[in-house]
Amino acid sequence: MTTTDRRDGLPEAEGALAELAARMRGAVAVDAGLVGIYSGGAWLAERLAKILPGEHPVGYIDVSFYRDDYSKKGLRANVATTTLPFEVGGSRIVLVDDVLYTGRSVRAAINELFDYGRPDSIELAVLVDRGGRELPIEPTYVGARVSVARNLSIVLNRHLDGRLELTVEAERGAQGG
Amino acid sequence: MRKVANPQLNDKGELTHLLTLEGLPGEVIGRILDTAVPFVSIAERDVKKVPLLRGKTVFNLFFENSTRTRTTFEIAAKRLSADVINLNIGVSSTSKGETLLDTIDNLVAMNADMFVVRHGESGAPHLIARHLSAAGRPGIHVINAGDGRHQHPTQGLLDLFTIRHYKRDFGGLTVAIVGDLLHSRVARSLIHGLTTLGTPEVRAIGPQTLLPAAVESLGVHVYHDMAQGLRGADVIVMLRLQSERMKGALLPSPGEYFKHYGLTQDKLALAKPDAIVMHPGPMNRGVEIDSAVADGKHSVILPQVTFGIAVRMAVMSMLAGT
Repeated sequence: MTTTDRRDGLPEAEGALAELAARMRGAVAVDAGLVGIYSGGAWLAERLAKILPGEHPVGYIDVSFYRDDYSKKGLRANVATTTLPFEVGGSRIVLVDDVLYTGRSVRAAINELFDYGRPDSIELAVLVDRGGRELPIEPTYVGARVSVARNLSIVLNRHLDGRLELTVEAERGAQGG
Repeated sequence: MRKVANPQLNDKGELTHLLTLEGLPGEVIGRILDTAVPFVSIAERDVKKVPLLRGKTVFNLFFENSTRTRTTFEIAAKRLSADVINLNIGVSSTSKGETLLDTIDNLVAMNADMFVVRHGESGAPHLIARHLSAAGRPGIHVINAGDGRHQHPTQGLLDLFTIRHYKRDFGGLTVAIVGDLLHSRVARSLIHGLTTLGTPEVRAIGPQTLLPAAVESLGVHVYHDMAQGLRGADVIVMLRLQSERMKGALLPSPGEYFKHYGLTQDKLALAKPDAIVMHPGPMNRGVEIDSAVADGKHSVILPQVTFGIAVRMAVMSMLAGT
């Protein structure tokens, strides 16, 4: 259950997170690694690791080196370091991202994971699914489904107190996964 | 005032060639160092490769021998998934009379995407970059891997990366560069980088005969007495005594040199207790550096080599993305 009564049509991020966690509870393997895609997915993976039962190692992935728009857009500034503090080969992994759109970031993240080893399984958890897929990729767990105009980006922000909030911005160009 | 065109930057201000650290804006240097950070960990993975330069062809053009620099560029390009061709031109075309730019044109006709150039003449990489620009080939990039006595920008960048890795920040640092600055393009690149990033105290230590006449104009304090110059240093950069570049008798003997300018444990003790010792390699043990120091706990000489690959990957992927 999420509220969608805001003027921009977006759900409250905290409500969507609670919904996402409810769907994952009991379905996700108790030892699954939660791998957040920078930066929004990283915050969500940390939160989910605290909420979900079991011991979930948290990893971080920056897909900049695997993006398919590098030859058009170049390398963006401030690429973060991918950190996977567990053996990827033979592990069960849940990729976590804030907004699922074209599916291209997820494709890049899956490619990167396989350069670390062969996981037993990869699932996908997203805070919001806005549709608009350009690749055959579907999420395993979804917090909320939304519909916004194509020229707008949905951005997850984290306040100083840790509270998460979704906003829409005019297309920034560099992102969109 | 009209902006002076910097041949390294495109009209959007992005780095498109890396020719020199002189005049390169601090934010561009900072961005290269930042970008190198995530490349360091790629060496620790199962698959030590990322697909950024897949399908690109990188030519290592070495008109002067340098096994180490060529190898690190080759590894960097391969870890970016590029195809790498090594050409030791000193022993091929030019000996048959082909000019530098004819060589370049031939390689462009083979669909080269990037040239890594080491040349004995200062300015050779600039010449190639200008030639490519005049030929309307903005998609082909040039990296200077050392030109004459001029610059060796990726070595300067890896030195800066190493210093930042261990010391976090350049503000407040005292950096002492010791030895043969006269023949050292490494020193020249590093000094430009250090001053651009706001290092308050850069020192040049060496005999009069091995310091360039105008080194003080680069913002460097000169010391002929090593003990004085090392006092309170956070970073000590030892330079190789480039005996193969020495023409005329600039030095009495290697033994005499070591006595005055070789880094020993005793001299190192004059620097800060947490000082780091760097050397661009290859080292002459017992000439500019004592083995006990080279292998000691202050030495970061081998991490420099590892970081050098990450820095070169960062430069290549930034250039190829423009």
